[in-house]
Amino acid sequence: MGKTFTTPKALSKTHTHYCPGCTHGIVHRLVAEAIDDLGIQGKTVGIAPVGCAVLAYNYFDCDFQEAAHGRAPAMATGIKRVRPDLMVFTYQGDGDLASIGMGEIIHAANRGEKFTTIFINNAIYGMTGGQMAPTTMGGQRATTAPAGRDTAATGMPLRMANLLAELVTPGYITRQAVLKPQQVNKAKKAIKQAFQYQMEGKCFSFVEVVSTCPTNWGMTPLDALKWAEDTLLPYYELGDYKVPE
Amino acid sequence: MAKVLMKGNEAIGEAAIRAGCKNYFAYPITPQSEVAEYLVKRLPEEGGVFLQGESEVAVGYMIFGAAGAGERVMTTSSSPGISLMSEAISYIAAAQCPAVFVNIVRGGPGLGGILPSQGDYFQATKGGGHGDYHLLVMAPDGVQEAVEMTMQAFTLAEKYRGPVMIMGDGLIGQMMEPVEFPDDLKTEPTNKDDWATSGMDFRKSKKRNLVKSLFLDPTALNDNNLALKAKYEQMKKEEVQFELYNGDTDYQILITSYGTMSRVCRTAIDMLKEEGIEVAMLRPKTLFPFPEKAVFEAACKDSCKAVISIEMSMGQMVEDVERCVKGRRPVEFYGECGGDIPSPEKIIDIIKGLL
Repeated sequence: MGKTFTTPKALSKTHTHYCPGCTHGIVHRLVAEAIDDLGIQGKTVGIAPVGCAVLAYNYFDCDFQEAAHGRAPAMATGIKRVRPDLMVFTYQGDGDLASIGMGEIIHAANRGEKFTTIFINNAIYGMTGGQMAPTTMGGQRATTAPAGRDTAATGMPLRMANLLAELVTPGYITRQAVLKPQQVNKAKKAIKQAFQYQMEGKCFSFVEVVSTCPTNWGMTPLDALKWAEDTLLPYYELGDYKVPE
Repeated sequence: MAKVLMKGNEAIGEAAIRAGCKNYFAYPITPQSEVAEYLVKRLPEEGGVFLQGESEVAVGYMIFGAAGAGERVMTTSSSPGISLMSEAISYIAAAQCPAVFVNIVRGGPGLGGILPSQGDYFQATKGGGHGDYHLLVMAPDGVQEAVEMTMQAFTLAEKYRGPVMIMGDGLIGQMMEPVEFPDDLKTEPTNKDDWATSGMDFRKSKKRNLVKSLFLDPTALNDNNLALKAKYEQMKKEEVQFELYNGDTDYQILITSYGTMSRVCRTAIDMLKEEGIEVAMLRPKTLFPFPEKAVFEAACKDSCKAVISIEMSMGQMVEDVERCVKGRRPVEFYGECGGDIPSPEKIIDIIKGLL
């Protein structure tokens, strides 16, 4: 029997800087596996956000650009419009995409830009140290919401997949999670599907991935998985929100 | 090619195409929206890309993405729009990507007005966004020069791997003049295989490329800033462009002026000459790099008693003029920036007051 599990070619051998229990590593691997499966490493351009994944380009082995906070979808638009033969994806967190980058993501999705967005939703700002994100749950504590998010003052958590699915423009909009092995397998399929839609020139594709942030949630990795399952998933329901015809 | 009569904004769009730029992203703003309205028709004929972005902020990053992928790309805007793009321009300078930005300046600050102004001199020449960087800035005095500078801008952006700005004003954008598009200003794009994100499959070396501006290691960040500084020093040696008008006379006064304002000064100089009063004008065509040596030498001519910077601003370029004159002559200033352009008669009065 040959090797059944190896490092994907599209992933570099660099150790990540992510905290113990952080799910970025899993999602990076899924993206790299999808790139390998489709044989598109040599025409892929990734776009790193500002946030924990700003250094994502150190962990992938393909061309990469680094955007300013929230601007990755505009940058991806620029690349994809002038080089439609490339496979372009953005990799963004919730502060980046749902707060400062809301304008860019909505308009890129509404134009039906033919790139893919991987959206990591862990309900908090990671890199800057646990501040409240637009996706932070009501009552969830953050450094800028020490008593827990007061939704009367700050609004309800934004459900990006639901919101983007409301656009009339066709797209592939799905929400996945990486809290359990079966979810990881499903997320992998969704990411690969998103890339395939892009390669077929079909539509904008968006994979939200419900993730954890044990460090800023102040939990052990195992408690974080459980908290995400119990608290995030009932509000951020998994599944395909829109599929192209 | 024969001359054609064209509006400045449309001529700038055509010049970009003639220079081999097939990619244009922009957001509408007065007084330069005609560039987009022209290119939306012309670019499809050339198999190019036209996209109206959702904001100047986003357009800045569309430019960054396209430039990072190694394609020639341009945007045009006006003052408030350039402020919004300045975030991206800082990143583009840091990541060392060639791109062309045209600022058809209108009055400011704030919403200001829609009439011509030169109030963005500081923004254009001193950085504009955050961090240590400069743009190579060219300032045309008419439609023909706007065409030529736009065409040169793509070559210079690639030579220096950085953003180049054409700083015009509302008058240059809106007026019509006869123009021609010199074929010899078109250059072949440089090879960008060693840095652009053009896809590993499309390059001989299968090494991946990164376009980025984050350098967490202080030595690496310092090195990147030193690399940028080296480019600016090279620009100062190789790219300075200026015109000295009526400089072979024993002029008593040296005017420094650029763009639209310099045309009025030119008329005033001709009228004064008829009265027997000799005045010269040093007109920077590149605002960065600034013609430092030329300004100094022209000011220090024995016959020259004083220098006056005449601008459509409240006094911006005058600071560079003072720096270059090094106290060897008095440096005066006159400016208006509400949108009315001072008349030649007004300039003549001011010059006579200095004699």
